[in-house]
Amino acid sequence: MTLGPYGPLGSALVSGVMAAIIGFDGLDGLIGSLKARGYRTMGPVASGGAISIRELKSAADLPRGWEDEQAPGTYRLHQTASPDLFNWAVGAGSLKAEVFPPRSIIWQAKAPGYEVEEISDDVPPVAVVGARPCDLAGLRVLDRALGSPPVTDPAYRRRRDAVVLVAVECSRPASTCFCVSMGTGPSASEGFDLALTELGGGYYLARAGSKIGKELLEGLSQRRARREDFARRTELLARAASHMGRSVDQHGLPEMLVRNLSNPLWDEVAKQCLVCGNCTAVCPTCFCSNFEDRTDLSGTVQRERTWASCADLAYSYVHGGPVRASIKSRYRQWVTHKFSWWWDQFGTSGCVGCGRCITWCPAGIDVTEEIAALRASDNAGETHGEAHLQ
Amino acid sequence: MSVAGQVGLAHPKPSLAVWKFASCDGCQVSLLDLEDQLLDLLGALDISYFLEVTRTVVDGPYDLAIVEGSVTTPADAERIKAVRAASHFLVTVGACATAGGIQALRNYADTGEYVPTVYANPAYISSLPTSTPVSAHVTVDFELHGCPINPVQLLEVITAYLAGRAPRIPDFPVCRECKAAGNVCLLVAEGVACLGPVTSAGCGALCPTVGRGCFGCFGPASTVNTASLSSRLAADGASQESLKRIFRGFTAGAPEFEKESSRHDPQP
Repeated sequence: MTLGPYGPLGSALVSGVMAAIIGFDGLDGLIGSLKARGYRTMGPVASGGAISIRELKSAADLPRGWEDEQAPGTYRLHQTASPDLFNWAVGAGSLKAEVFPPRSIIWQAKAPGYEVEEISDDVPPVAVVGARPCDLAGLRVLDRALGSPPVTDPAYRRRRDAVVLVAVECSRPASTCFCVSMGTGPSASEGFDLALTELGGGYYLARAGSKIGKELLEGLSQRRARREDFARRTELLARAASHMGRSVDQHGLPEMLVRNLSNPLWDEVAKQCLVCGNCTAVCPTCFCSNFEDRTDLSGTVQRERTWASCADLAYSYVHGGPVRASIKSRYRQWVTHKFSWWWDQFGTSGCVGCGRCITWCPAGIDVTEEIAALRASDNAGETHGEAHLQ
Repeated sequence: MSVAGQVGLAHPKPSLAVWKFASCDGCQVSLLDLEDQLLDLLGALDISYFLEVTRTVVDGPYDLAIVEGSVTTPADAERIKAVRAASHFLVTVGACATAGGIQALRNYADTGEYVPTVYANPAYISSLPTSTPVSAHVTVDFELHGCPINPVQLLEVITAYLAGRAPRIPDFPVCRECKAAGNVCLLVAEGVACLGPVTSAGCGALCPTVGRGCFGCFGPASTVNTASLSSRLAADGASQESLKRIFRGFTAGAPEFEKESSRHDPQP
């Protein structure tokens, strides 16, 4: 199989995986059968001025005609006459919240015996319609960090194993997208149950990527996928790939960052950084969390896990004080972990090129620009000595 | 069973005193909003001084003192010292007690100038030129922010005190509660002026959840970059005057907000 610059196009034909063409009624039928199977079916809706992931009642909830414009620190949504449902790039929400909720109780113990009982959340399994290829890539990164040995997180694994993913490949990336340079899109080649490509005119090329995906597809009103449908998909994805607004040069990037821990450019970005943690909250792979115990007046103790952030002063507390007291050190920790140390820990980049951290940064900090500036400085042969970790 | 008894306090039930300084009473009354936990609280604490609840007054010293309000008069500057001396563990609650409150706007004006225009007999008025937080006068053991405070956080502070542990009160920005709630960022998606990125969490992103930018009621988060936020708001069209005013709300007296608002004041 030949890998193109944007993934294994037409792999469905090569590997013989079932593919078909469905219409809007097929899409509606898909959502209906997911719900009938007991899945809490989530998907994109135009809500509160952005594409958000919410529970779907039917395909009528999907954001027909809505298009987004994204730039550093800015997101705007507008409606067009287009009948297309997926003419937008990612919103702030990702799959992370579905498999790794912002808040969960891990165990509790009650007076007087204080026997520890594990709390396994009782939520129905989730299906997500409209997951983007970069979102699938984000899940693969989380799988490495949370869902794999040597330390497998049972709460993550439980939700992750139950989730059904209906991906939709990207045909209209945002100016903040850089999945091509991260090798994660705009095509979906793995990690989905069903992958859809919106061909236009209300038709979708559907490819099954799992047993449940095949079962779902078989149950839908459809016609056979023809050679020209695959050709149309190739054309759409090639166009999307050529419309990436941004890129990150990954060549030697982990080493370059480590060489530049004392680069004065970090001081410049620290003047803008709000350390608000929005970048980490919207990042589909940021998994830092706190475990804290709470007691109540009746004598019940609960251990709770909540999303945390390297942007927080409190998150860097160790005995004696914070190890990253400055804004600079916390921003630098985020970038260097994501693009450098993540490789050492998990054998992958922590970035999937979705661009959320760029759009949803209230200060409009563009990580691709910061990395490019560091590289330019590095190429100029400037050396920056030993790191000052504060 | 008394939780306090488990950690071996001197009395079977710790005594509680609730004090009011310059304030609206809203924060102390939020204790009474804890309707489901009220009986448990009464079971765990003896109310020794709480005039919103009972006229019965028990003399100190008190194990737990909750102080609401800012210090705005010479008499209160003395009274807070007496309260401190009578209290084992002193918690200040609300924007008034922790940052001077909305009345700290007087810190930017000359009280001598406007007192005669407000009061018929200015001679009866004895007030300080500033409204200051309790921590400017005495040592405070814990500060709970908010205007008003979040009753659930107050319950957490009291419960933690009774259990002898540190209270779980976050000091990261409101943005994180907003994102956890699944809200769309008003600043990014609509250009609405919002103090969320520099304001401490605790309210559960109350205002942004209903489409209003954060007013900063919970005061500055643990690390803030107010200058960067001002640049962003200015890029969205905020004038110097509105930048000055946005940081002069209920927590106008918080040092970080005071500094930022003054940067945009042509006559500091």
